[in-house]
Amino acid sequence: MTFVPFESGLILAAVLFLLGLIGVLVRRNIIFMLLSTEIMLNASGLAFVTASARWMQPEGQIMFIFILAMAAAEVSVGLALIMQIYHQFKTLDTDTLSNMKG
Amino acid sequence: MLIIFYLSAVVAVVSTLMVITRKDAVHALLYLIVSLLAISIIFFALGAPFIAALEVIIYAGAIMVLFIFVVMMLNLGRESIQQESQLLKPRMWFGPVILTLILIVEFIILFSKIRGQHYPALSISPKVVGVSLFSTYLLGVELSAVLLMAGIVGAYYLGKGKKRILHRYLANTESDSKAEGETK
Repeated sequence: MTFVPFESGLILAAVLFLLGLIGVLVRRNIIFMLLSTEIMLNASGLAFVTASARWMQPEGQIMFIFILAMAAAEVSVGLALIMQIYHQFKTLDTDTLSNMKG
Repeated sequence: MLIIFYLSAVVAVVSTLMVITRKDAVHALLYLIVSLLAISIIFFALGAPFIAALEVIIYAGAIMVLFIFVVMMLNLGRESIQQESQLLKPRMWFGPVILTLILIVEFIILFSKIRGQHYPALSISPKVVGVSLFSTYLLGVELSAVLLMAGIVGAYYLGKGKKRILHRYLANTESDSKAEGETK
């Protein structure tokens, strides 16, 4: 077993995070924005696990478990909100949803 | 080991690129599952087998199923039938299948390589993670339990919908009065 280089793991996490960020900024469908948020959360978890493998400490993996729990809670609430938005406005496009009440 | 890491890194980046460029939500979800599997292989190569299993079970298993359910519930109507027929075309599932085949080959290579050796030589075992999680970070575990509870309650409240429950008699009189108003 050879070590996976620390830098390449971090670079991969950064690339994945950047792709998720681009997805949030570019896409206008709200489901795709939620998916891109998931990609970003996963990339940050990858950075934590890479650091945990670099220093051989379990803390990074514990942080990944916390990120996992947070992602599950966030997805359930976000998807319920999406259902509610779709029932009220009949669209998932954030440009048409940009007006607030008031 | 290194080549496996780089190969699955390429698979992860390519499939994530496909996620943010697809038009159809189901195709994007398919590619996102491939990306999560690739990251799971990377976790395995990094020496975190427990986290790799959690990634497959919770991310690719539970969270993606939630997404697929919501996409299926939102796509009711005539367009969904056209989408179904398009999903069955080979062009649609060709890319994910190729990427997943690469991952399967990597997985087999990893397991055949480590069968003779003692794998957890360089890895952090689930036991260490569990002991640290339930001793040092017990407060975090309880806080995440509270967060999950809040998530369940919030999802229930939001998904409940606004149903007005009227008695049958009241509902009839309301519709009758409305009909009378229209006739007047």
